[in-house]
Amino acid sequence: MAAVTTHPASQGPIAPDRATPTPVGQDLAGHGAAGQGMQGFAVRDLSLFYGRQQALHQIRMQIPERAVTAIIGPSGCGKSTFLRCLNRMNDLVPGVRISGHLSFRGLDLYRPDADPMEIRYRIGMIFQRPNPFSRSVYENVAFGPRINGYEGDLDEIVESSLRRAALWDEVKDRLHTPAHSLSGGQQQRLCIARALAVSPEVLLMDEPTSALDPIATGKIEERMADLKREVTIVLVTHSMQQAARVSDYTAFFLDGRLVEMNRTERIFSAPSDRRTEDNITGRFG
Amino acid sequence: MRDTRRRLRRRMDAAAHGLFLLAIAVALVVLAMLLGDLLATGLPRLSWSFLTSYASRVAGRAGIVAPLVGSFYVMLLTAAIALPVGVGAAIFLEFYAEGDRPSPLRRGLTRLLQLNIDNLAGVPSIVYGLFGLAFFVRWLHLGRSVLAAALTLALMVLPVVIVSTREAVRAVPASLVHGAYALGASKTQVVFTVVLPAALGGILTGTILSVSAPWASRPPCWRWGPGSTSPACRGAPWTASPCCRCRSTTGPPCRNGASGRRPRPPSSCCWRSCSA
Repeated sequence: MAAVTTHPASQGPIAPDRATPTPVGQDLAGHGAAGQGMQGFAVRDLSLFYGRQQALHQIRMQIPERAVTAIIGPSGCGKSTFLRCLNRMNDLVPGVRISGHLSFRGLDLYRPDADPMEIRYRIGMIFQRPNPFSRSVYENVAFGPRINGYEGDLDEIVESSLRRAALWDEVKDRLHTPAHSLSGGQQQRLCIARALAVSPEVLLMDEPTSALDPIATGKIEERMADLKREVTIVLVTHSMQQAARVSDYTAFFLDGRLVEMNRTERIFSAPSDRRTEDNITGRFG
Repeated sequence: MRDTRRRLRRRMDAAAHGLFLLAIAVALVVLAMLLGDLLATGLPRLSWSFLTSYASRVAGRAGIVAPLVGSFYVMLLTAAIALPVGVGAAIFLEFYAEGDRPSPLRRGLTRLLQLNIDNLAGVPSIVYGLFGLAFFVRWLHLGRSVLAAALTLALMVLPVVIVSTREAVRAVPASLVHGAYALGASKTQVVFTVVLPAALGGILTGTILSVSAPWASRPPCWRWGPGSTSPACRGAPWTASPCCRCRSTTGPPCRNGASGRRPRPPSSCCWRSCSA
């Protein structure tokens, strides 16, 4: 199950360079990031407005590759909004305005000629509630390769994606049954398989387990631990325990501002900001 | 205390159940009575020749094949015109009108457009009929054809098709739409692979209801639609309305075509007979 399947579609021009080690800075909150500008996400002074209301204030941070970065914070602190900036899903929300700089592997995501479709193809997303299409299990996974014009063995992509999402054994005998006949946890893993089918370089996960029971949550977290070897994962979660369990780095957001970001152990053992400590220990949020 | 309240609620439940049952029963009984009466009165007089003959001045030889076939053609053609245009317009309004970077101007224009479409749905059918007569029949020289009638009816049902399609499209969960976008789909791909399949049921329901509605009422182009005068008058094979039958048996005879006289204005002959 844990075996890393080599993916046919990852032979394309966007295949991640697996030989490159991930540089890890001690201070990741946007400072001292000079030497690692080409790696992962670089966010500088990112502000976001819904109409007149400012939802994000001057976010500066560096998200390293091939690791799980958790974004925590109380409800309404802007963590989901920030996540949707990373693959330009906020473009779909009317009245959103963004300023600042956001790049992935040195590519400015908000350059005027940047193509949101290409960005979303490279940077996949898993949503809070499982959202499989009203099609068969097979067609759900094949959807991404199909719309992106993949010409190759779809069966192979479907199987390997389902294996990577640890769903293959449960659905291999009913690939052509409707996706909605699966359980909630299976549906969420199907959505992960669907996202993996286009070999993204990044998976953005927006509270992916908040609608699931503990066992299904455990399976998804297991997947993250496995997948982070090939895919950069950014995880928004309201569960401190989940952030502590699965993430390598943790960023704490409050009222649309990044309070601090560091290695997860440090955030949870010795947070440098009082507000982080209050939040983690459950005094608010 | 708690027990009595629970008993009361249970009784209320039973009462509500009964009321709703009564409502459906009333509807069904009325329908059954209508059908029963229709069959009892009509069946003995119904014959194969009635369905396959044209209108005739001799009541015993008259039939309804012209309006039957004419209505069928017009309805089919109306749906064929109104469905693609209506669904296309709705998709445009919902997905493309405001553009990728919505500005207040574009949003305002879209609203204005939408308001006007909603208003069109409330325009009386006679106005569409007169417009169709002036525009399709006279100005475009389509004559009293199936095409002219279908185009007019298509215009008439178009606002309803657009509104019901927009409703169906809006009912598609945003999570599905976002899921497709998140996989790198273009707007057009999202529309065709996710939105339309999910909205198809609602779109068809709305379209079928709106296309069949004119046949329940009395649409204006019955006055001038394809051969709205009977074969006896015009030599046209089909009509879109049953009124020619009542005209040819009860109304004044008209012989424009046969006698070679100047054709009458389209409204006169059929209009009088229908209201007679």
